[in-house]
Amino acid sequence: MADIISTVEFNYTGDLLATGDKGGRVVIFQREQESKNRPLSRGEYNVYSTFQSHEPEFDYLKSLEIEEKINKIRWLPQQNAAHFLLSTNDKTIKLWKISERDKRAEGYNLKDEDGRLRDPFRITSLRVPVLMPMDLMVEASPRRIFANAHTYHINSISVNSDHETYLSADDLRINLWHLEITDRSFNIVDIKPANMEELTEVITAAECHPHQCNVFVYSSSKGTIRLCDMRAGALCDRHSKFFEEPEDPSSRSFFSEIISSISDVKFSHSGRYMMTRDYLSVKVWDLNMENRPVETYQVHEYLRSKLCSLYENDCIFDKFECCWNGSDSAIMTGSYNNFFRMFDRNTRRDITLEASRENSKPRAILKPRKVCTGGKRKKDEISVDSLDFNKKILHTAWHPKENVIAVAATNNLYIFQDKIN
Amino acid sequence: MSEEIDETQTGETVVGEQKEIDNKMISPEKVEEAKLKTRYPHLGAKPGGSDFLRKRLQKGQKYFDSGDYNMAKAKIKNKQPPMAPTEKAEITGDHIPTPQDLPHRKPSLVASKLAG
Repeated sequence: MADIISTVEFNYTGDLLATGDKGGRVVIFQREQESKNRPLSRGEYNVYSTFQSHEPEFDYLKSLEIEEKINKIRWLPQQNAAHFLLSTNDKTIKLWKISERDKRAEGYNLKDEDGRLRDPFRITSLRVPVLMPMDLMVEASPRRIFANAHTYHINSISVNSDHETYLSADDLRINLWHLEITDRSFNIVDIKPANMEELTEVITAAECHPHQCNVFVYSSSKGTIRLCDMRAGALCDRHSKFFEEPEDPSSRSFFSEIISSISDVKFSHSGRYMMTRDYLSVKVWDLNMENRPVETYQVHEYLRSKLCSLYENDCIFDKFECCWNGSDSAIMTGSYNNFFRMFDRNTRRDITLEASRENSKPRAILKPRKVCTGGKRKKDEISVDSLDFNKKILHTAWHPKENVIAVAATNNLYIFQDKIN
Repeated sequence: MSEEIDETQTGETVVGEQKEIDNKMISPEKVEEAKLKTRYPHLGAKPGGSDFLRKRLQKGQKYFDSGDYNMAKAKIKNKQPPMAPTEKAEITGDHIPTPQDLPHRKPSLVASKLAG
């Protein structure tokens, strides 16, 4: 039975798409090469490799169950024929090597073709094994295990632009690792107060700048983002920049802080902007302007009048992700009822689409959806009260170069492409 | 004279209603907050932030006897042949949890809200 997908990530070329699930498994899809023989399978993604990345563990010293759920996958840039990715659960990060094998040696001296050892006294001649072609086999092997560096739950990993280091962030700390070294990591952010009673905010996401290897950002549960420069000091507790949108104190409610909590932060490909996702909106920030975002997009503003019930069923704590397209001209994020939203930054147009098998056939063009907020409901519109809050799209990914998107709807993965003319 | 008093009273009532309507139009959030407060009156008495944060940091905490847990784990390991795939071992008689049995459930905040 397919498990709930917990992370989706394209690699740098977009040829590979990795998903992690709640059962600790990683499934990698590969894009088919376009060929004249099969025009209809233009760029289809098929399963390339499946492996068990993490197992459930129990820390009985702390009476803590450690889930095997994969929280994040991040690809490394490709340097040789093999592919490398980092996958993490709440406590341990693993570096996996995915390699192809299409040849095997035949004609060993000491063993038969089926692996059984030959009786050495029966061997009368020496032969040189030869490499013979075989059916393609994709192997995944763990190359590094980065463990025991996080007391709290890892929410983010991010590969640095130097391709040698990466950071991992949990609720209160951020560590910097070298990809080759597993027994040591540097703590670069620590917001744990001396007295835990004074705890007011936690780290919710962190990311390395795409070009400047000394810069990274981290977001908080209070809706703020801190940009840090690792050249300033070994411990980056003092930020270089502090991003926060001023709040109107008269509009403050019990829910204000909860819905301002940032669930995801992503730099633009250009490195000039960053995007944050809070419960009801997506905001684009110019790194040169700290006092407010330059763009704000409402994802599902109609939920503001449902906050009481969303708090009671815990949905208000759902962590939605967001992503940029390759050219940074569009952004995408998920919502409820298997809806996801795309915003064009230039035209300011937005669209709501649905990822479901019932409402769309393969290769059919997706129909835009609309939520009716009150008054008369038009045909094809859905009223807010009919939305299924169990069908949430938390994880989406956009191909780095083309208009291909991957959308995870609970335990199903949908891949959508621009229509072919 | 009494007529004047009546008019004033009516005037105040109208103003009161207008304020209520204004509030509803201005802030659906505040309406939702009021709803929540009537259902959970002692909520928000402590700083809301630390409740959620503490719950978040404690995710995965399960309380039971680690000695019994290890005994049960060892028992199951002995029963299973080394190459067998991980199956959910049926535990009859002793209800000591093992890693496979621990429910994968995110603890809901509602229970703790009611417990206050």
